[in-house]
Amino acid sequence: MSAASPLLTVEHLTIRFGGLVAIDDLSFSARSREITALIGPNGAGKTTVFNCITGFYSPEVGRIALRREDGREFFLERMDGFRIARDAGVVRTFQNIRLFPGMSVAENLMVAQHVALMRASFFSVAGFLRLKSYLDAERQAVERARYWLDKTGLLADADKLAGSLPYGAQRRLEIARAMCANPALLCLDEPAAGLNPRESNALNALLTDIRDEHGIGILLIEHDMSVVMQISDRVVVLEQGRSIAQGTPVEVRANPEVIRAYLGVEDEAAVASVIGQGSAH
Amino acid sequence: MKADMPATNRSRPSMSAMLRDAAAAAFVAALLAFPLLGFKLNATAQGLHLDMRLSWVPIAAGIVFAGRLLLTLGGQYVAPIIARRVAPDVDAIRRRLPSRSAYMVGIAMAAVAIALPWLPFADRNLIDKATLILIYVMLGWGLNIVVGLAGLLDLGYVAFYAVGAYSYALLSQHFGLSFWICLPLAGLLAGAFGVALGFPVLRLRGDYLAIVTLGFGEIVREVIINWDKVTGGPNGLSGIERPSFFGLPMLPTSMAPPGSTTFADFFGIAFSPNQRIWFLYYLILALALATNLFTQRIRRLPLGRAWEALREDEIACRSLGINPTLVKLSAFAIGASFAGFAGSFFATRQGFISPESFTFIESAIILAIVVLGGMGSQIGIVLAALLLVGLPEWFRELEQFRMLAFGAAMVLIMLWRPQGLLSHREPTLRLSDVPRKLVSESAT
Ligand SMILES: Nc1ncnc2c1ncn2[C@@H]1O[C@H](COP(=O)(O)OP(=O)(O)O)[C@@H](O)[C@H]1O
Ligand SMILES: [Mg+2]
Repeated sequence: MSAASPLLTVEHLTIRFGGLVAIDDLSFSARSREITALIGPNGAGKTTVFNCITGFYSPEVGRIALRREDGREFFLERMDGFRIARDAGVVRTFQNIRLFPGMSVAENLMVAQHVALMRASFFSVAGFLRLKSYLDAERQAVERARYWLDKTGLLADADKLAGSLPYGAQRRLEIARAMCANPALLCLDEPAAGLNPRESNALNALLTDIRDEHGIGILLIEHDMSVVMQISDRVVVLEQGRSIAQGTPVEVRANPEVIRAYLGVEDEAAVASVIGQGSAH
Repeated sequence: MKADMPATNRSRPSMSAMLRDAAAAAFVAALLAFPLLGFKLNATAQGLHLDMRLSWVPIAAGIVFAGRLLLTLGGQYVAPIIARRVAPDVDAIRRRLPSRSAYMVGIAMAAVAIALPWLPFADRNLIDKATLILIYVMLGWGLNIVVGLAGLLDLGYVAFYAVGAYSYALLSQHFGLSFWICLPLAGLLAGAFGVALGFPVLRLRGDYLAIVTLGFGEIVREVIINWDKVTGGPNGLSGIERPSFFGLPMLPTSMAPPGSTTFADFFGIAFSPNQRIWFLYYLILALALATNLFTQRIRRLPLGRAWEALREDEIACRSLGINPTLVKLSAFAIGASFAGFAGSFFATRQGFISPESFTFIESAIILAIVVLGGMGSQIGIVLAALLLVGLPEWFRELEQFRMLAFGAAMVLIMLWRPQGLLSHREPTLRLSDVPRKLVSESAT
């Protein structure tokens, strides 16, 4: 449908920390209704790319353009972090989960809908007077929260403190919270880290569902090769801040440079067996 | 505190180490006691006399020595037993006060407060003290927005209280505006000061924020002291207009401005000075309850939820499209305007204000009320205000030991309940209470 122009276009992105070139002339793109995986060994610069896209770091060189389906275009490298989420619709999760631990699960999802609710409450005035327009918006927000709690299997935990949930549930809640913020591009930083195989499978189902049913783009940092191979449409391989390969999972898997750099093995047969078992870490 | 001393893996100090420790404490106590207790100022007909009272110094040192020793011994043999019994079980604490009963307690407290002046033992003195406590309850509820909800540690809150008080005094003296017009203006002005403080400290958090706000409080006080022409400097402002009952002055007919009807005349009752005391009491009660209702409601609105989210994790807020600048400034401004309201009440109650009333200790007491109350618990703040403001008022006879007792009480409470008196946080939404929509429609 929107296959013509990509949702996110990163061009010549470069960022240094002191002497260290963390990202070196990186270009790639991500589309709506696709899962784009960003893979690479630890310290390759994956999280740094996310931090540039979501406004936490400002790159020295490069352009990050986001074109929404309604035609609006944003240049993220020049925007404040909160505007990137609010206006451009790029919402992320964090490698080390960042919830609002002292608030309930449902409240976490209500906070995610702050922008819409704030407008509906007319900067709290309509909310204070409990006007019908606000109450309707609030009820809709609660429905939306309930929908995503249902999707992520957290409905029974809605009134628990977010910080009291087990690890896997916290990861899912962070995704539900990001989805409540109504993103055009969802950026997930290692969502499968620390999950058991059952949870990991459920996560795959959730992500493909988000891609297929909600028509948004997903940018996914992932360590688990089996996940990448199963659900991603495109893969970008990073090594020491540089992109060494891009393409479909099948193409990337066959790329000898990827095999050497990412898996640290020369023998292609050994790699194939590793990938086949889906136990690479 | 408790986390620092797990009962099991702590090596036991030897007796001599404990004695040495107690001796050191006694030495420090003696050093402190020498200037504090060693002299006594006596007023006689010939003027002031400084009498030596050196015998008090060893007594104080002795008490501290024994106390310290007992504490260490107690910590060694008693604390593990207590710790086993009352290990802080966060969930149990949260369960202890279910929402319905918190609500009922709140209603009951408000009912007692409303009925207070009619109770048989309520004399003028009691109402006066209750008024003072209510001022601090209101200030605590106001500061709670900034500290308890938004998580911004503000040590200069009294500055906004001062702005409110001086706004009312100056507006009523120079422009002849009545209390009811000055009240919102004072709130607005204090809110504007809140924004003025908020801007430079947007990037700061925690300790750094506390230091800057502390400085801000002192700057405001210094300006008041030095800007004699406007503020009257250290002498303050006197003759501030007393409150009127919606335009009816609460004065005896003889003292009322000519041509005006007094409150007593209007209602055809005899004048009594108690009427004003009662009126002031109900006025601050209404202001404080309004503050509370405001907080209760805004917590359930997106702005209030954003405050709490900001306290929990600012970076996560940003990643969800929340503008942290606006959220912080609004917390500062709204918290400050409640201090402004309380300040103008203070000015009209006293009829006289000076920089003396707005020193750092006031900020510290208000913050102590919020922290002791349990950071965010509205009822906890009332209890803490009763404890920290009420008790010292009733123990005025203790004179200089009052502050000592105050400090000791604080330390004891923080040892007993590091999370504050009531640490219950009422969720702003229970999904199980919201009925599902009947019409099923896609939530996206
Ligand atoms: N704020 C920072 N300051 C200095 N170095 C950083 C910073 N952020 C990331 N780096 C460095 O950039 C490199 C890439 O890190 P990161 O993006 O976290 O890797 P990945 O997520 O791929 O494991 C690492 O060498 C890391 O130390
Ligand atoms: Mg990373």
